[in-house]
Amino acid sequence: MTHSSSTYSAARHGAVPFWRDIRVLRVIAQIVFVIVVLALGAWLLGNYRSWLAERNLTFSYRFLRLEASFDLAEGIPFKPTDSYARAFLVGVVNTIRVASVGIVFATLLGLVTGVARLSRNWLVSHIASVYIEIIRNTPLLVQLFFLYFAVILKLPNLKVKDEITAITLPGPTYLSNRGLAMPWPRPSEAFESWWPFLIVALVVAVVLLILRTRGVQRTGRPSFSFLWVVLAFFAIPAIGWLVVQGKPLVLDVPVIKGLKAQGGTTLSPEYVALTLGLVVYTGAFIAEVVRAGILAVPKGQAEAARAQGFTEMQILRLIVLPQALRVIIPPLISQYLNLTKNSSLAIGIGFLDLYAVARTMLNQSGRVVEVFLMIMAAYLSTSLFISLIMNVVNRRIQIVER
Amino acid sequence: MTTTYEKPPATEVGVLGWLKKNLFSTWYDILLTTGSLVFIYGVLREIIEWAIIKATFSTEPGACKEAKAAAAAAGQTAGACWSVVITNIKVFMSGRYPTEEVWRIWASLGIVAALAVLTWWIWRSQNMEESRRWVVIGWLLSLPVIAILLSGFSEESEILPLVATELWSGLLLTIVLATVGIVASFPLGVLLALGRRSELPAIKVFCTMYIELIRGVPLITVLFMSQLLLPIFLPPQIRFGTVVRALVGMTLFSAAYSAENIRGGLAAIPIGQYEAAKAVGLNNLLMIALIILPQAIQKVIPAIVGQFISLFKDTTLVVIIGLLDLLGVAKAVTSQHDFIGLHKEAYLFVALMFFILCYAMSYGSRRLEVAMGVGER
Repeated sequence: MTHSSSTYSAARHGAVPFWRDIRVLRVIAQIVFVIVVLALGAWLLGNYRSWLAERNLTFSYRFLRLEASFDLAEGIPFKPTDSYARAFLVGVVNTIRVASVGIVFATLLGLVTGVARLSRNWLVSHIASVYIEIIRNTPLLVQLFFLYFAVILKLPNLKVKDEITAITLPGPTYLSNRGLAMPWPRPSEAFESWWPFLIVALVVAVVLLILRTRGVQRTGRPSFSFLWVVLAFFAIPAIGWLVVQGKPLVLDVPVIKGLKAQGGTTLSPEYVALTLGLVVYTGAFIAEVVRAGILAVPKGQAEAARAQGFTEMQILRLIVLPQALRVIIPPLISQYLNLTKNSSLAIGIGFLDLYAVARTMLNQSGRVVEVFLMIMAAYLSTSLFISLIMNVVNRRIQIVER
Repeated sequence: MTTTYEKPPATEVGVLGWLKKNLFSTWYDILLTTGSLVFIYGVLREIIEWAIIKATFSTEPGACKEAKAAAAAAGQTAGACWSVVITNIKVFMSGRYPTEEVWRIWASLGIVAALAVLTWWIWRSQNMEESRRWVVIGWLLSLPVIAILLSGFSEESEILPLVATELWSGLLLTIVLATVGIVASFPLGVLLALGRRSELPAIKVFCTMYIELIRGVPLITVLFMSQLLLPIFLPPQIRFGTVVRALVGMTLFSAAYSAENIRGGLAAIPIGQYEAAKAVGLNNLLMIALIILPQAIQKVIPAIVGQFISLFKDTTLVVIIGLLDLLGVAKAVTSQHDFIGLHKEAYLFVALMFFILCYAMSYGSRRLEVAMGVGER
């Protein structure tokens, strides 16, 4: 844009030959650039073509419908006779299982640690900062290897000679080198007449949340809006529980039979190691994000609130956090994206995430480029999806704030 | 009239005052402090007992098994067995690099150390502004010198026989991967950053797409691309070894992140600098090369150091494609018969190495930021 005035006046005098006319030169530069890129692309593609021709292959995704003939023991049910497409789906679901659980717990851990880091208690803040420094200055893969090979696989066996040797926690929850077996609710026959209550509860909770928030905004009077919403959300299903014949949900308790735990739900050692590793790692980064966000709120804000008689909890909840969130959300998004991308390290400890499954598909089918494009597409769309959601959240917070 | 001053109460000043203010100011503070103390005591006792008191440092084969048996007989758990680290320390550091050629690694380290001391000394003294450029040139020259020193000329060469890149492993490989990754990606990053800020739509779209594509996928997919796709998309005459392919992957990946850092620096250059450069008659190329880039790069040095640290940690991913970096060595060592099952010791050692190096670098970068006045306006 800085050239436009000089070019314009020069062109008017008709004194500039076209090879010195910046407008022409720009077009030429771009055309040359595009030609170079296209030529390079064509050269690469040509090499790929001859590679394909040598092996009598063609670029196609028809292999996805073929029988995979390998087994995947993680996530949604899969048997060797299922198709490649289904195998990839298993991988995608496993990645989502890790990333979603990981994001929730990493956020909680990061929030607690970030606040602890700012604690006025010297010991608490230094414990938090030692944790943060250790985690941030060592590679994630080293942490995962340590967690998996040196901690989880070294846990006691589930059972040795008819005697349960696993670490038993209340529930009963069994922690062993076979993973974590814990109780899990299972829908019974009565569930069908009960689930409408759940939907009603959800609707009522959302409506209440909107109404109460508007009420607070209009009157400015503090209200325990969140409490009411939670109450409504739990009260309605509870009433349903009493009305419906029989229990809609049964707590399925793990029982050790033979060498395996049956019933409840069992998380594989790989899943436990990966999720725990990602939570601990990302938690340290989120703690720093939270700390920076809280420090970004001017001290005067908390002091003014204290002067007006707010309690410390109220100051954090009503004054500091809403303002800090504005600073926190953008870097938090990139931490969530990092967690999702880092879940690809699963292959190092043998968890069957989307990347690990794709590698197996590739080894079986030999479709290198096809599978690679699928991996790229899966990660890019996941990244896009997370940043889309978080951008919506971000916009809401910005509006509420100002 | 005499005024008597009362001393402040002993509980408000000195050690007691500090304790009261920082550890015991309210009832929940006391609770937190007590909890923390118990926590620290528990953790430290476990660690010290395992790593030092009960540990076996002997490198004799079988010493660990004896210690373990003795502990089991006494009904206790055994401590660490550090022989896995002590015996293999050379493997951890330089891996399969030929023993008679290890002096070349030391020589390279010597060059870097000498340059570092020289740099520090020249930057400290006021009247040596002129020599600074020689230091920069020295650093630039040291890279090819070290590269030749480490890899050598050819198999027959008397002075520096060839050491195939496949033999580079251990900490050496980790450092080489990270350094080459950041250095080689830098010019690429500059081009991408300039391209992304270009007014020519075709170039801008291309550079933006490259940057966002790479930043949207995990490093492991880029390494995967360099390992498996490179041989497919290049003609059969061009073939690289695994290490070189990993380097290509690291560079392509790191370039996208370098580009974003440099773009940040470019955005911080006031428009007046561009206008002034135009006014003294510089063309676009000279303006960018002489006026804009030097200032932009100086602004982003701390960010580049940060990127180097994270790239340094990310090099561990090459384990997944089968290279023997520091972590790869630990993995290989713990699957040997003599050291089987000693994962805790080996991985803790690797973690400690990374921690020391990364912490030192981030400490240095913080000092650098202060010295350069970044963040002070």
